[in-house]
Formats: sequence, C-alpha cells, structure tokens
Amino acid sequence: MIVADRKSLEEILAMVADNKKILILGCKGCVTVCNVGGLKEVEILTSSLKIARKKLGKPLDIDIQVLERQCDNEYVAELSESVNDYDGVISMACGVGPQFLSEMYKTQVFYPAVNTTFFGGATQHGVWEERCAGCGTCGIHMFGGLCPIARCAKSLLHGPCGGSSEGICEVNADTECIWDSIVKKKMEAGQLEDLMGVKGLKDWTTARDGGPRRSIREELVQGKI
Amino acid sequence: MSELKSGSNLEKVLTAGHFAFTGECGPPKGANTKHLLGKFKYLKGNVDCVNLTDNQTAVVRMSSLAASSLMVGQGLEPNFQMVCRDRNRLAMMSDILGAHALGVRNMLCLSGDHQSFGNHPQAKNVHDIDSMQLIAMVKKMRDEGKFMNGDDIDVPPEMFIGAACNPFADPYEYRVYRLANKIEAGADFIQTQCIFNMEKFRDFMKKTVDMGLHEKSYILAGVTPMKNAGMANFMKKFVPGMDIPDELINRLKGVEKKDQAEEGIKFALEQVEEFKAMEGVAGVHMMAIEWEHRVPEIAKRAGMLPRPVV
Amino acid sequence: MRLSYSADIKIIQVPCTGRVDILHLLNAIEDGADGVYVAGCLEGECHYIEGNFKARRKVDHVKKILLELKIEPERVEMYNLSSAQGARFAQIANEVAEKIRALGPTPVRTPTVQKPTAP
Repeated sequence: MIVADRKSLEEILAMVADNKKILILGCKGCVTVCNVGGLKEVEILTSSLKIARKKLGKPLDIDIQVLERQCDNEYVAELSESVNDYDGVISMACGVGPQFLSEMYKTQVFYPAVNTTFFGGATQHGVWEERCAGCGTCGIHMFGGLCPIARCAKSLLHGPCGGSSEGICEVNADTECIWDSIVKKKMEAGQLEDLMGVKGLKDWTTARDGGPRRSIREELVQGKI
Repeated sequence: MSELKSGSNLEKVLTAGHFAFTGECGPPKGANTKHLLGKFKYLKGNVDCVNLTDNQTAVVRMSSLAASSLMVGQGLEPNFQMVCRDRNRLAMMSDILGAHALGVRNMLCLSGDHQSFGNHPQAKNVHDIDSMQLIAMVKKMRDEGKFMNGDDIDVPPEMFIGAACNPFADPYEYRVYRLANKIEAGADFIQTQCIFNMEKFRDFMKKTVDMGLHEKSYILAGVTPMKNAGMANFMKKFVPGMDIPDELINRLKGVEKKDQAEEGIKFALEQVEEFKAMEGVAGVHMMAIEWEHRVPEIAKRAGMLPRPVV
Repeated sequence: MRLSYSADIKIIQVPCTGRVDILHLLNAIEDGADGVYVAGCLEGECHYIEGNFKARRKVDHVKKILLELKIEPERVEMYNLSSAQGARFAQIANEVAEKIRALGPTPVRTPTVQKPTAP
C-alpha cells in the first residue's frame, strides 16, 4: 500500500490561512489503512484546525467528506455539485488524490495535508516500513525475496557495503541492513552462488528515470487511449 | 599478470614483485591548489601512488579527477577514486575517459559513503550502478574497448583497476566472497579498510589465501596511524565499519598525551612489519589522514625507502 | 462519604477509559472546555486488560496536538485511581480545577486576536 505521513498543523494552517470555508476530503484507500487520511484522521484534523482558528478569533467553517478513492475519477466526480462551495479543499489522500481533483476541478485549489512517503506495509500496529521502490522491473526473487533497490540505502545489487554492522545499516541505527539478511538467507540455504558474478546494469527506463509511466490493459480500454 | 594493463607505476611495482606502499590525500575544501601541492611534496618519492579521495565521507571537496590531474603535473602518480554516489553511468564513463586523457592510470572503484554523513545530507544520491558493476565497467572499457551500450571506444582508457574491501564489516563470513566477487569482476588490486584488529585480519587473510584470491589480485593492507586516543575513540564510535580493539585504545591511553602520536606510529610500523611477512599481502596502503607531513618519516621508519623505480 | 469536589467539573461516564477517543477530548477543547481529564483504573487493573493504557496514549497524543496549536498541554491529563478511592477522586477533581484555574480560561473562547501588522 501507499504510506503517507500527515503534515504539521502549522503547515496546514498556513495553507488555509485566508480561507473561511473549506472541505477536508479523506480517502478510503491506502491512507485509511495507514491511519493518516481516513474518516478518523479527517475528524481529528477538522477539530484541530477549528481549535486553532477559534483561538485566533477567525473561526473556520469546515465540511468533511471521505471518498471511496481519490485516485479514481468515478469517485472524484461525486464532488461536482459541491466542490466550488469552498474557498479551498484539503485532501488527505496520497499525492495522487489532489492531482486527480485538480485535473477534474480546474478552478478549485486542493491542498495536500499529507506527505506521501513510500510503498510498504505495517510491521506492527502503528509502524510502517518501505518494501518497494516501484522501479518497474522486479527481481526480488534473485535476492531471497528481499528488495535491495528499495531497502538498501545505496540500492546496491552486490552488497553489503562496508558500512554494514551487526545487521544494521550505517545510515540509521533503526534501519536493518537488508543485504545482511539477503546474504544470511542465501548462505543458510546453500545458495551463495546466486549472489556471485556481476549482474547486468539495471535498466532504469522502467523506473521514474524513463519519464512518467503509464500502464495499459488493452482488454479493458474502451475507445481511444 | 605478465602483460601490463595500464602501465601505471603501481602496476609495475606490483608485477615486478615489490612490496607496494601507497598513500592517500584528501583534496581541499576549496580551490586552494597551493595547499594541495604542498601536501603532494610530502608524498613524492615516498609512496608508489596516492589515492585522491572522491568527496570523502560525502563532504564536498575539489574533484578527485582534477586533483589527480594536478598530481600528474607534479610527477606523482594518482589513484583516482570514484564513488557511485555522485555520478550516473554517463558521467562515470566520461570521467574515466577524461582521467586517461589527463594521464591517470589507476582507479579505485567505490560505492561511496552515504550522503547523510556529509555536509549536504539533503542531496539526492545516484547509485545508478554499484561498485561491483563499476569495476566490471572499467574492465570492459579497457579490455574490450566498449561502452556499456556496446559501442566502440576510440582509444580505450588504460586503467589499473582497484577496489576496496572491508573485512571488518558484517556479515564477516561473507566478506571474503564479496572480495572474490570484486576480483572476479576485474579488480587488479585491492586496498582494504584501515586495519586495527590484527587477529581478525590474520583470519581474513588466511581465508583469502585458502581461496587463492591473492594470486588473482594484489591485496594492499590498509593502515592508519592513530594520532591519539581521542581519534581512536572517535573512529570506534562514529566511523561506520571500523573495528578498533580496546587494547589499542588502552595502549594509546597508557602513554602520556604528548607521546600518543608516537605510540600510534609505532603500532602502525609494527603492523607494516607483520604485513611484509603475511602471506597474500602485496603491500600497504598508508592512510595518514591529514598527516601527510608525517609520511616521509613513516615511510623511512617502515623501511619502505627508497621506493623502487621500475 | 459525602465528599465535596469542584462544581466546575462535568463528569461523562464511560464503561472503560479504553472507550475514550482522541476526538472526545479534542471536541471538548474545541467546544470551549478549559480542560479535560480522564480518570482511568489503576495501571494493571483494567478489566479489559489495557483500556487505561490505550487512554493514556490518546491523552498523550492530544497533548501533542495542543502543543502544536500553542495551547497548554496541561489542559488535558490522565489520572489513575480505583473506584474504591472516593477521597482520591475528590482530591484529583480539586487539583485539576485548581490547575486549570491557574492556567486561565481556554484561548478557544477568548481568542488572542492578531493585531494587524503595520504596512
């Protein structure tokens, strides 16, 4: 899933400082699952902003709504009647949401309330970790099912580097050295040869380096693309 | 290893069977060539070649290629360091060609310290390819005369290819295989991380020799003389991948502060003596960090002078 | 035990402090409460095992929000006491009332209107 973290209240308050009436728009997709942009978080942000603005003597009128998904025009279209009733709209979806909104409603302003961080999952309640870098060419099977592109600070294909110490990455004491895990797993399985030799240079054209990407399922496409 | 690959002094010294002695020099944090040339003077004639670090610890300094070129101009031989952090494959190939054109004949291929350690931690890192692939890339350019896309190179670069090895990083059991992989990829010589834990290094070299790696590549043992106990403590705590035994720290602490530098040099000299006799070790890489002016003395006391002329 | 305690306190009963939500606390502040506190069971004695611990984490979270909004985080607190400690209940009630009175009325009801900045 896509993981995000909420921006500070100070940042969000600055975005809507001149607004009197806004909409805070949640999303029932990934950001609900990672507890950053679902109904509960929309309500907490609403109350927080109201408190702040009451304190300033400039009360803020806030409506709330949570779309099924903000990354789907079908649901984004649900706002067509109401979207222009507001001075601004705060989106609590990942970076995709405010863009779909901006593309459909060209005269409205959509503020991102969260910073989209990575593709990952919860390793325990309340803790999410990165697992995928979306490079467009998956080869995790070559590395014991663990991705060095996303999980090694240097994206090494032939690790671990000289900074790996007791299974910890040199960059951050809270980060595991994924190469330590890859190597140990391969050694235990007696498959060390898999890590020997020089892998061909990675083709980054499938990653962001090849420009913005698009996926097409022709069997689903109706009309022109 | 009969035919010379690069014709560099380091290659000649090693292929002639001499015990190599290489030095290191960090380019300045500025365009101050006067200071840099001053440091070169201490190294000239005392080492076989000098590593020019590439934005070492991710701190911005004068380009290692420019400093290498300045060194060639002073009649010393550079070992041009290149990290994968700051360049993509285009910039790398282009700098390798440029290095050859400027008279550089040795290269050390490194991953590079993470930018979070340096003075521009907000920077985007590159890591288009890794150090293993960089080694293979330089080899392909040199031996096949090809770019990575297969196109021919008009006058291929001649480089004596170096790689780093840190026997003190984890997981230890894998380190010798990683070394083997670097040698397989094309590393002509290896410079190890600073060695302080001799017991562990002896074990590592035994494994290296058992695998016959010392016959496929020249292994230079890394030595850094400690200036004082404080430096040893700092490196133990803050430099990733360092293994500094307490005995060494206690040994430095055991003498008066003004004598700690001498004690550090003594330990380094004892190390050099052991490396001269250690099977599989083809030389010493002396990393006298910001202590270039002590290199002439260290080289002399280590019995490394005069350096062979080949 | 006819214990008296501050008449300024309005009690809202919940089956367990685990039921108390961040929003309950925030909404109270938003609606102009000068302070809110949660009185949970003694630690380790929650009938639902960890309801009071969950409540404490929520109280801490609301404190952080208040801090971000530059409102005294002491306006929200968590206390632990057992249902048998009537005297303690009254004591805490008075303590809280005293503390909040010292902090003064909530800035939510008495806004600090920004002075127009000089052109």
